[in-house]
Amino acid sequence: MKCPRMSGRVFCLVLAAVLCTAQGEAEELSGTLRKIKDTGIINIGYRDSSIPFSYLDDNQKPIGFAIDICLAIVEAVKKQLKLDKLTVEFNPVTSSTRIPLLANGTIDLECGSTTNNPDRLKQVAFTNTHFLTATRFISKKSSKLNSIDDLKGKSVASTSGTTNIRQLTEANAARNLGINIIPAKEHAESFLMVETDRAVAAVLDDILLASFAAGSKEPEAFVISTDAFSKPEPYGIMLRKDDPAFKKVADDATAALYQGAEGQKLYDKWFMQKIPPKNLNLNVPIGAELKKAFAKPTDSPDPDSYKAM
Amino acid sequence: MFANFDFDVIRRSLGYLFLDGMTFTLTLTGLATFGGIMFGTLIAMLRLSGSWLLSRFAGLYVDLMRSLPLVLVIFWFYFLVPYIGQWLTGATRPVRVGAFASSLITFTLFEAAYFSEIMRAGIQSISKGQPAAAQALGLTYAQTMRYVVLPQAFRNMLPVLLTQTIVLFQDTSLVYVLSIPDFLGAASKVAQRDGRLVEMYLFAALVYFVISCVASFGVRRLQARIAYVH
Amino acid sequence: MNYHWNWHVFWEPSPNGTGTYLDMLLSGLVLTIETSLCAWIIALVLGAVVGVLRTLPSRAASWFGFAYVEFFRNMPLLVQLFLWFFVLPELLPRSWGLWLKQLTNAPFYTAAIGIGLFMSARVAEQTRSGINALPRGQRAAATALGLTTPQTYRYVLLPMAFRIILPPLTSEFLSTIKNTSVAITIGLIELTAEARAMQEFSFQVFEAFTAATILYLLVNIVVVIVMRFVERGVAVPGYIGGK
Repeated sequence: MKCPRMSGRVFCLVLAAVLCTAQGEAEELSGTLRKIKDTGIINIGYRDSSIPFSYLDDNQKPIGFAIDICLAIVEAVKKQLKLDKLTVEFNPVTSSTRIPLLANGTIDLECGSTTNNPDRLKQVAFTNTHFLTATRFISKKSSKLNSIDDLKGKSVASTSGTTNIRQLTEANAARNLGINIIPAKEHAESFLMVETDRAVAAVLDDILLASFAAGSKEPEAFVISTDAFSKPEPYGIMLRKDDPAFKKVADDATAALYQGAEGQKLYDKWFMQKIPPKNLNLNVPIGAELKKAFAKPTDSPDPDSYKAM
Repeated sequence: MFANFDFDVIRRSLGYLFLDGMTFTLTLTGLATFGGIMFGTLIAMLRLSGSWLLSRFAGLYVDLMRSLPLVLVIFWFYFLVPYIGQWLTGATRPVRVGAFASSLITFTLFEAAYFSEIMRAGIQSISKGQPAAAQALGLTYAQTMRYVVLPQAFRNMLPVLLTQTIVLFQDTSLVYVLSIPDFLGAASKVAQRDGRLVEMYLFAALVYFVISCVASFGVRRLQARIAYVH
Repeated sequence: MNYHWNWHVFWEPSPNGTGTYLDMLLSGLVLTIETSLCAWIIALVLGAVVGVLRTLPSRAASWFGFAYVEFFRNMPLLVQLFLWFFVLPELLPRSWGLWLKQLTNAPFYTAAIGIGLFMSARVAEQTRSGINALPRGQRAAATALGLTTPQTYRYVLLPMAFRIILPPLTSEFLSTIKNTSVAITIGLIELTAEARAMQEFSFQVFEAFTAATILYLLVNIVVVIVMRFVERGVAVPGYIGGK
């Protein structure tokens, strides 16, 4: 899809959408919407162990907060394209494969715990933010690690392809900490390294750390640092870049979901109630910043724009 | 020493391990072997053909594939195949290729280089009298290959081809780097989800060991039976 | 869905703070070479010993050699690395296991030893076939001269056997270099891992992997040329391929 042609098409599409809202007839589809209409399939990328956003339950089926949001987007796409049947196919992705797989067409939506930031926006697009989280580290209480500087000279795990490992790498260089960074393939593996004493700490988004600690064999043995590597950053569902038609559908669907009562119910389902597979309740009440982001949905990558009043 | 271990986790996950994981591994092995031998034979014939251009191209392909680590080739094809598909089919977007298809293409093309060396040795080991006699009988090149040379070459190299298949079977475990669910990947998933590394990895090692042992034993018996009749 | 090419990415600073992306790849290359050499030395030493064991007249030695080779050949390298890295520390007494896990260069040592053991089985097989390729008269003549078995091996059999198997040993060494990439799974940040990290940080997939490919090809070419010199250097004139 070459850009010069795209701008003409976009104009036509927007004009058509505006003019034909009554009939709901799309003049000319392109990009992802065209692909979905042609194949009748939409591909969703899910994560193995990003509890409670996108993970596998006991039957190896993908479930989660982000998965439910994506399914809402799928419903909106189905309505938009007026399809009787839209097959949803799930593809596993990891932190390091999610962007290349989105770019090469293997998945159309990445529904997980992906941080929306300016760097990534050069390669992909994000829809409205569905969560805010800062990068922290988890360690065993017995290690007595309180601040980032306490990690000096130690072995610390993080997941490859995440903003977390990048922030850890940068902090390591900037503060000259000499940390031995152990990259793991998936979040579960990062946490497992701390559980088995292979690493003294794991650096991940604090909500993921909370869910791992809660689901571990001895939740009381772990502590999440108060020190953070970053400000609270937004999570967004990833889409392909340069595909405004599809982004509009996603944006509208997510905005409608967050602003309505459904959004609050969905949040409570995954954060304030018992969730599979171990029937744990994470008990994370909706923060002021996220409440604001739900009331006024935004896809901004700038952490500062999310400060509560 | 074994007090803390919960070997029951193996029993609970047997279904997932074998129905999902082992099926993937065995299917991949079987299809990649078949494809690899087909493509490898083609490459071997190209190398032995009179044309300098074809021979060099085939030689370069084999050298390239044999110089690169399989892990790197797996990464290459995983990200590259959809773009190649787009280029080949002239589609407007990269062709969607799933994990299994991508692995299959990777292993077929990679192992074809190794199979081609084996087949090349096999073809070259056929005495010159055979193609000469075929030519005297009036058979074309294609017919000579199809009816005289290749069947004999294949039969002679069968033990080596089967050994390479066993190597392929073991190499499929490397799709782990992309979290693709083969047998080892499945064992790993269970291990990490339940925190039972020791049990699952020991079990996986045992299964691979038993299968490879039995297979190599079979190949050795076969080797004894196929005497090189000349 | 167009891929954005950017060949200048190699000169952009990497988030490691240790220089450019090219520096990242080169440090991975250095680690690949170090691991390969360590593993190869282990493989040569152990492989030669086991290969010799398999050719000894003693039944016990022969059986041990057979079992050793079968053990390491029938398991994928990846599984073997997992056993050494994840399982071994858990089976040892707690303090030893903890020490192993917290070792600063654990992936390096595990990879070097794991790959070394894996390749030693193949070197053993090569050594065995090298020794068996020698005319049987050699051993008989050595006994006739009054040499003991160790002396026979040291002065008569092994020198020629190694010269015979030098070409296959070269390809085994190249295999060792390629096998270091498997250690990416236990956290060794060698060349393939650095290329992957570069891809993850910079999103330039194909540039990163092309660079890694070129580096591996270069290493291959260097090894082949060096080994060719070695072969020519140690060749015995007028004997098995000597000039």
